[in-house]
Amino acid sequence: MDTRRVSSAVPRVRQVGFFTPNTPAQHPAPTRSQSGPPTSDSPPLSGSPASNSLSPVMIPPPRHLSDNLGGRTSALPVPGRGNAGEHATVGSYNPSESVLWLESPPRSRIGDAEFSEGTESSLGWYRRSNSGKVASSLPSGGFDLSQVKQPESVAAIEAKNPLPEKSEAQKEQASNSKPLKARTTKAERRALQDSQRAAKAEANKSNTPGGGASSKPMKQPPQKKDGPPVASSVAASERIGVDRPVEKERKKDLPPPRMQFDDASRVGKAKRRSVLNQPETRNRVELFRHLPPHKNGSQLPYLESKFFELHDMHPSVYKVGLQYLTGDTSGGNARCIAMLQAFQEAIRDYSTPPEKTLNRDLTSKIGGFVSFLIECRPLSMSMGNAIRFLKSRIARLPLTLSESEAKAALCSDIDRFINEKIVLADKVILRHAATKIRDGDVLLTYGSSCVVEMILLYAHELGKQFRVVVVDSRPMLEGQKLLRRLVAKGLSCTYTQLNAISYVMHEVTRVFLGASSIFSNGTVYSRIGTASVAMVAHAFQVPVLVCCEAYKFHERVQLDSICFNELGDPDAVSKVPGRVDVNYLDNLTDKQKENLQLLNLKYDATPSDYISVIVTDYGMIPPTSVPVIVREYRKEYLLI
Amino acid sequence: MPGTQTLVNDFISKLKKRKIEGSQATAKQTAELLRSVISQTRVPYTNQAAALIQSVKAVGERLIAANPVELAVGNVVRRILHIIREEDLSLTTAAMAGLNLSAVSDDEDDADRDNQPVLSAAAIAAASRSTLRPPSLQTLLEDVPDSAAVPHTSSSGGDSEGKSKSADKSSRSRKLKHDVIEAVNELIQDISTCHEQIAEQAVEHIHQNEVILTLGSSRTVLEFLCAAKEKKRSFRVFVSEGAPRYQGHLLAKELVTRGLQTTLITDSAVFAMISRVNMVIVGAHAVMANGGVIAPVGLNMVALAAQKHAVPFVVLAGSHKLCPLYPHHPEVLLNELRSPSELLDFGEFSDCLDFGSGIGAPLLHVVNPRFDYVPPKLVSLFITDAGGHNPSYMYRLIGDYYSADDLVLQRRATSGN
Repeated sequence: MDTRRVSSAVPRVRQVGFFTPNTPAQHPAPTRSQSGPPTSDSPPLSGSPASNSLSPVMIPPPRHLSDNLGGRTSALPVPGRGNAGEHATVGSYNPSESVLWLESPPRSRIGDAEFSEGTESSLGWYRRSNSGKVASSLPSGGFDLSQVKQPESVAAIEAKNPLPEKSEAQKEQASNSKPLKARTTKAERRALQDSQRAAKAEANKSNTPGGGASSKPMKQPPQKKDGPPVASSVAASERIGVDRPVEKERKKDLPPPRMQFDDASRVGKAKRRSVLNQPETRNRVELFRHLPPHKNGSQLPYLESKFFELHDMHPSVYKVGLQYLTGDTSGGNARCIAMLQAFQEAIRDYSTPPEKTLNRDLTSKIGGFVSFLIECRPLSMSMGNAIRFLKSRIARLPLTLSESEAKAALCSDIDRFINEKIVLADKVILRHAATKIRDGDVLLTYGSSCVVEMILLYAHELGKQFRVVVVDSRPMLEGQKLLRRLVAKGLSCTYTQLNAISYVMHEVTRVFLGASSIFSNGTVYSRIGTASVAMVAHAFQVPVLVCCEAYKFHERVQLDSICFNELGDPDAVSKVPGRVDVNYLDNLTDKQKENLQLLNLKYDATPSDYISVIVTDYGMIPPTSVPVIVREYRKEYLLI
Repeated sequence: MPGTQTLVNDFISKLKKRKIEGSQATAKQTAELLRSVISQTRVPYTNQAAALIQSVKAVGERLIAANPVELAVGNVVRRILHIIREEDLSLTTAAMAGLNLSAVSDDEDDADRDNQPVLSAAAIAAASRSTLRPPSLQTLLEDVPDSAAVPHTSSSGGDSEGKSKSADKSSRSRKLKHDVIEAVNELIQDISTCHEQIAEQAVEHIHQNEVILTLGSSRTVLEFLCAAKEKKRSFRVFVSEGAPRYQGHLLAKELVTRGLQTTLITDSAVFAMISRVNMVIVGAHAVMANGGVIAPVGLNMVALAAQKHAVPFVVLAGSHKLCPLYPHHPEVLLNELRSPSELLDFGEFSDCLDFGSGIGAPLLHVVNPRFDYVPPKLVSLFITDAGGHNPSYMYRLIGDYYSADDLVLQRRATSGN
């Protein structure tokens, strides 16, 4: 799968991003892999004919064709070296982008040869090698294979493959037949593609009712969808059924509407289910009645007392929930990792109850965990993506696996997600962002973003001379902690509050911001105040770089900060710790309290106009390319 | 004299220590101080106005130097100089008119044609008056000082005043001082009632169910909102707290006490909320001649956000805040930095902030400016006690209050010394 990913992805990445060829001289090896990681991280989706049929407009046909077939041909365990020729043919369609093309074949060699070096020299390869290991560690070699094949063949195979148990052998066959196909010429491939398309169109007309069976591809028992990939001879017929299900799946992929907390009936239902007391906030802001009220740490004793009543709850999940509730764990990545690790623990301790299947029971169990965590604190987008990933992995576990094997596979999947989507992604972002820091720069950052902090420290380690302006705001005052850490590392810092942003912006040359999530209309959803910083930077014509791992991208769209947000503790607004002179709101009469509402928003949405570039693990992209990344790589979240 | 000297010195030390908060209080106290300076100045028989101007200027220069950032001091000094000049001018004119009138009455019997000497006197009077009053359309048309028109207008203007003055020449010196002090009293009155005058216009700008955002605290804004509330308008107010002084908390408390629906937000939430706001109403520290505003820190951000969402940005300013100067690099030159302790706890960060112990410069700087500069293009409307105005009109409004000779007070001070 990995090889396939490599070959198919390169042109895609060039469509959506751009890279800086001038990497620092200290890293001669990474110069190549600088642009490499994104390529290797890219998904196999181009291999699916579905994307072809769904978006004939967006992707130019010749390139697509070649991608398509290229991806297809190299899809099977052909080592990267073998693909070099393939690359060349594909590349010939895009002579203008030949620079990157030239880079790719050697990279694939590196990836195969020295995969232990992953972290240092070729980040992107780490994952390849890693996944390779995973695959080999699995008893059924076809495991990964089936995963990749799935999205396009879910339904069709259901109908056509009555013999899933023999998948092992068939897969072998399939893998043998694929390289054969790789040797077909371009013209042949194009002809084949055309015929397939025609067949598909035919099938679409005639086959409409057939799609009904495939309406729930995620929940289907795996033996049905987990059939062997059909060899190229049947490929045309296979795709007949494929089209509709993907269409369906796409519709299904639209995020479900969020819980609206001004909907009395639903809130009532949720309350009955909930573990925590829903706080009756005395005076909620009218505009934000649709958001869940903030739950503060005062519920902690209550929750602790309920610990033994919650039989289903795994202690590690419980612990993470409490940490969310008290705010001990905060920050998108930290929360996501904590959650995934807790799930990992829970999966390790899990045993399938009798007369139940692991897939279904574990999914519902995870669902229970998630709703508990949501009660403690609303999920971030990144966590939502991680949960989706995990659930899809569970759903796609082949039933042939024994329980221990399945658990091991899931645990390693989670590890892989954390490692690749967060840890390594951050490292790639560091490399990209560091190229944008020059000597003498004054960098401004807001709040405390762990990626930005890493970037600053990394650039400092590289010996770049720059100054940091840390802008902070109440009530979190996260910037102070960041300031403390930066100063301890010897960076020269200036600290100020958000209000003074116009004063300090004159001297600033770059603004680095973190993000909680990036929506597909380019809106950056981040710590409240980020929008103001970006706006002022825009007004002063200072470039704004948003650093965000791609797993935080989300296909939702949002225009303002009101429709979706998270409420913080309202009392934190009225109290200013450490300032005895500010106590105007301490002793209010009831009548005064009635008129006073305190609003503590946690996030805001920065319009994409203010963003110069988004630094992500796929490279540096403009905000307009976010939907492309989301669209093209969404499947990868599920397939990884 | 020693009495005023100590008063002046007291006031200067207060200004230097930033003991006086708020431009209104500063303006009022400055005006009161200058009033006593004027009343104690001994005026010579000739050229009294110059003497008064000189003494006011001398004190004014010191006051301005004591707190160059508090523009209200300079504004009041200039206003009083302007008052002295105007009173002097009107006295002279009245005197001229009186002379002229008597001359006309004398000559009337002889011959109407033979008014050559009268004409010269009338011409002088007309010339002097023309600075106070626009020339009539007729004089403009005929392009000559109309002998008939001038006496008529003058008699209708300061006739009784002029007669009494010209009658008693010895009282003229006292008269000037008295008039100036009267006018200064009026100015003080104006400064202390500017809130009410601004608040009177509130109903014209705030309609039912309006959502208004403000940052920090300003008495003018408070009075403005309350005036609208008293007129039975119901509306909501978002108050941004205005770190690091958190005056917004104070304003929020005042507003809820008066029964207004108030929501307190953090400054960082301004951008998030502004899309649901109908109008931003803020106070100012000073308004410059170009229409730019020196305002509490954070307002530039608010103004930019308001512009982004096309929300009107309304600045309330009493006339004592109108400064006749054009700003140059106001973010820095017309700003001052306050103590870092408002932002950072010294106990926690003392090691990095200390200049003395470390090697060379410390790693950590803390910036805590007091003011922001809002450029005129971000301001939708100024509401002063003289009505609402566009930013582009401010220079003209300022022309009403100040005379051009007084604009540069400080440079003269340096060149004089």
